[in-house]
Amino acid sequence: MPDDLNWAIGGEAGDGIDSTGKIFAQALSRAGRHVFTSKDFASRIRGGYTAYKVRTGAEPVESVVDRLDILIALTERTIEENMDELHEGSFIIYDDERSTMRDVEIPDEMIGLPVPLKRLAEEAGGAIMRNVVALGAACEVAGFPIENLDEALEKRFGSKGQAIVENNETAARLGREYVEEEFDYDYPYELICTDEDYVLLNGDQAIGMGAIAAGCRFYAGYPITPATEVMEYLTGRIEQFGGTVVQAEDELAAINLALGGARAGARSMTATSGPGIDLMTETFGLVATSETPLVIVDVMRSGPSTGMPTKQEQGDLNMLLHGGHGEVPRFVLAPTTVAECFHKTIEAFNLAEKYQIPVYLTSDLSLAVTEQTYPPEEFDMDEVEVERGKVVDEESIADWQNENEQFQPHFPTADGVSPRAFPGTSGGAHMTTGLEHDALGRRTEDPEVRVEQVDKRDRKVDTARERENFDYREFGNPEADTLVISWGSNEGAMTEALTLLEDDGYDVRFISVPYIFPRPDLSEEIDASETTIVVECNANGPFADLIEHDTLTRVERINKYTGVRFKADELAAEVKDVLAETGEVAQ
Amino acid sequence: MSSDVRFTDFKSDVQPTWCPGCGDFGTMNGMMKALANTGNDPDNTFVVAGIGCSGKIGTYMRSYALHGVHGRALPVGTGVKLANPDLEVMVAGGDGDGYSIGAGHFVHAVRRNVDMTYVVMDNRIYGLTKGQASPTSRSDFETSTTPEGPSQPPVNPLALALASGATFIAQSFSSDSQRHTEIVQQAIEHDGFGFVNVFSPCVTFNDVDTYNYFRDAIVDLDETNHSPNDRESAKDKILEADKEYMGVIYQDDESVPYSERHGIDSNMSEIPDGAPEGAMDLVREFY
Repeated sequence: MPDDLNWAIGGEAGDGIDSTGKIFAQALSRAGRHVFTSKDFASRIRGGYTAYKVRTGAEPVESVVDRLDILIALTERTIEENMDELHEGSFIIYDDERSTMRDVEIPDEMIGLPVPLKRLAEEAGGAIMRNVVALGAACEVAGFPIENLDEALEKRFGSKGQAIVENNETAARLGREYVEEEFDYDYPYELICTDEDYVLLNGDQAIGMGAIAAGCRFYAGYPITPATEVMEYLTGRIEQFGGTVVQAEDELAAINLALGGARAGARSMTATSGPGIDLMTETFGLVATSETPLVIVDVMRSGPSTGMPTKQEQGDLNMLLHGGHGEVPRFVLAPTTVAECFHKTIEAFNLAEKYQIPVYLTSDLSLAVTEQTYPPEEFDMDEVEVERGKVVDEESIADWQNENEQFQPHFPTADGVSPRAFPGTSGGAHMTTGLEHDALGRRTEDPEVRVEQVDKRDRKVDTARERENFDYREFGNPEADTLVISWGSNEGAMTEALTLLEDDGYDVRFISVPYIFPRPDLSEEIDASETTIVVECNANGPFADLIEHDTLTRVERINKYTGVRFKADELAAEVKDVLAETGEVAQ
Repeated sequence: MSSDVRFTDFKSDVQPTWCPGCGDFGTMNGMMKALANTGNDPDNTFVVAGIGCSGKIGTYMRSYALHGVHGRALPVGTGVKLANPDLEVMVAGGDGDGYSIGAGHFVHAVRRNVDMTYVVMDNRIYGLTKGQASPTSRSDFETSTTPEGPSQPPVNPLALALASGATFIAQSFSSDSQRHTEIVQQAIEHDGFGFVNVFSPCVTFNDVDTYNYFRDAIVDLDETNHSPNDRESAKDKILEADKEYMGVIYQDDESVPYSERHGIDSNMSEIPDGAPEGAMDLVREFY
């Protein structure tokens, strides 16, 4: 019996789709199963449609695929929207007593399960529980013991009282029993439960948790999809650790608030999406030239302008690398998975403070909305190290004062990193400015000092390259002739695509790059391969451009800019197509 | 904090490049005196400034300071103060910085009521760019970019502050050193956002709002029967368009600053070498 199941619930926005899907995902996670979720927000046809999709396996699942096995359709549109993913034998659960669903035609090759969701919900205590009836029905089809739902229902409804929880448990059971009694199909699924304890979280939450773990105490932000959940996560939690969240009046204020927090010595962060980065770019240069450690998160969405706000895209790369007038270094990190959103956030804070530099942490919509299971050890707080760099105290401050006992915050050291004195440190009073400045942080237009300060700031990048390990993550066969490279969130889809390609006899090496600047030099890897393919979720391939620039070698490209993330099976097929075109058939 | 701090300790060794006679000299001197009088010293003081003639103040004062981008000094100061409530935060700006490019931040900084001081050197002109109309320029003030005058009413910053829920609104005059110092001192001592609009004349580009004009026009509220706690009376004074009042116009004695309302009381620069205690609970929440 297949153990890898793709499940979805879809309907109109406001139908409780998200919370129902979350209950199912949570139940699976609590039953020791791996889960990978995704969301359809809006439509290819018209607005209003929304769906929550759950892929589950006993083994880790890291991607969405082009297949849907069980669909709870609250509207007819839900079926239309998912026709590509539905297949022969897919089960569609729907309420045939609902006036809008009465005449729904289930395609011949699929199996419709008409269940009176509303009527059964009313029997259990209220029509509002119709989605939970559907969950119960789906449990029967999926071969998933209904008791597993109870804990998730408790978590969701516990605050509303035990009666509500019990009503929901009853509703789920009525749905399950109805399917058991009314239909006589042979359901090919059995979702095996294990004793594993997994945690279930999304990329925005992982960034927020990573920030608190890293000692972030000051967060300022302005709500924007799909970054808002970082702020929502931190609100109410960061305070427990002595920190605060400030909702700014706009992104201009948000980055300046965070800059203020950082100048005061707090680990500070702001998170936004592309349109917010546009505004923050004004202050970005000040952050960089004043050598202030700051973590700026860009949860990318489709652009330009307002673009497709609820759609996936990796289109901000060049803005992060080059945004702002003048020349000044910054680091750019791109976590490749939900768990890496946690780890890279911690690393971003350490890099920011060690090199007194702004760090862009770029996630994207697909990481932000994906809830994924991990063993809790993945987020081992005992492993977290906080490295604050060259912070001086009252004793050591004299080493960094000039002959007039003035502290020199931009002293041009050999490694480019200057001493840092937190305000309040006796003998450390100093200014800094967005104007070009000297070692004291005071305005200068002296040509020699100008060159000295530019070189000093750039030198920090060389120092970081020497001291840090800006390496890639590697998968597949390191000896393969075909090399696939991607950055950011495509890793999950590509690692699963590797398995599919292997099954078909294709030998592929996959390099997933989490460091955009500074980044690993891939010259040797590209030299060693016959064909190099760069995969990214945008139209023009800015990362492929970087690789070509770095290695002076042309690469093949797979780009997707429909607004939907890569799916594993789709990506495997595209890799095959590229290899067929380039004559590299590795079979 | 040492008790023997003198106001000259807040003076840096950089010679100001303000025009001789500029009101900003007096404005800055009063700020330094007020800081010293309130028991602050340069190592616990953070000055934030924006762009314009006023923006240079961080260079001429000795303290921790950031000279930021145009119009955004208030958010920076807010961030500094919330991240370390032990610091004395003073934000300085001009009328362009505060009421034009930074007007949005002004409204929201007033609303937040963070315990800091905002001193605006209002010369009713853009001086650093050599004489264009500012948001507080008179409607008929002829400049290089408004040859017929701006033909629109000046911003009333005090009214903007009052409408935004200000808890301390004051106005002073840079050349009245004693009163200016007193007023800034009261703003520093205020438990919340202390806002002082300072008439700080530009001797080079503004031949209308001059020292002589202000000397004649100013009415010192100390010489009237105005009570700063009387919001209605404050509102009436603020809306009298043809009057130039000096003094504390409004003060809310019940003001509760942002940090108190939000339970912020620690220096956030102090963090452990690893994840904070209890961080594993955050992971468990995701079961």
